[in-house]
Amino acid sequence: MRPDDRQSDRVPLLKQRWEVQGGNFITAGNVSTKIKDLLKEIQISPDLIRRLAICCYEAEMNIVMYAGKGSMTLEIHSSELVLIVEDQGQGIPDINLAMQEGWSTATEAMREKGFGAGMGLPNIKRNADKFDLTSKLGQGTTLRVSITLT
Amino acid sequence: MTMLKQIIGSLELKVFCCKELTERPVVGGYCGDLLSDVMANTRAGEIWITIQAHPNIAAVASLKELTAILLANGREPLPETLQKAEAEKIPLLGSPLSAFELAFRLNRLLATNANRAEAHPS
Repeated sequence: MRPDDRQSDRVPLLKQRWEVQGGNFITAGNVSTKIKDLLKEIQISPDLIRRLAICCYEAEMNIVMYAGKGSMTLEIHSSELVLIVEDQGQGIPDINLAMQEGWSTATEAMREKGFGAGMGLPNIKRNADKFDLTSKLGQGTTLRVSITLT
Repeated sequence: MTMLKQIIGSLELKVFCCKELTERPVVGGYCGDLLSDVMANTRAGEIWITIQAHPNIAAVASLKELTAILLANGREPLPETLQKAEAEKIPLLGSPLSAFELAFRLNRLLATNANRAEAHPS
């Protein structure tokens, strides 16, 4: 790859950012639906949309459940779809533990509604081609996933 | 191909909303009350049988392009759930039967229709 090519791929063809309100279970999922509709409109293949929709929903629910507020940014590059999820929540003390299927810090009230099964982050990782999760205690969490366009 | 309308009639389901959207094909079903499990394992075109009745089920069904949500055990949707299901165009159905009984009856109906289609290809 020539340096110019690499540079051009860093600038997305399209970039859009949405705010996500923490604690609001009524509107939870709305941003994911908007992202999915946008991808459909630009005719991304259904399988890739399905995978990114799962990543979006799980990430959005994590903001709703654990952070006061956050944002989701979609970048469309010529070779990949990138989702960046940032929140100003409490942070994740142990990322390895959080990645274990079934591990969850959800409250009893959340579990009764079917949330907090401890499947969210593993679901995201399973559906992404690249997965990067960083967190600082008391400051927040940043998740970056990408799906290669085929 | 089994249509949602036929399933509603055959299983005597209550239609809470989107009655005009029941001319849709159903390819299968899935039982689950954990939303991440449903996100991970359902396929587009399936009916989702659950006892969860809060608004977020409409978002899950819409994102996974499920044909309908079927509330088991006589559960009634919350008003916010109805509103969201209507907005997302997801038919919301109900039955007093358990998820186990509904899954059994649905599976039997889908299998019967599939066998008929195989015996008499159009």
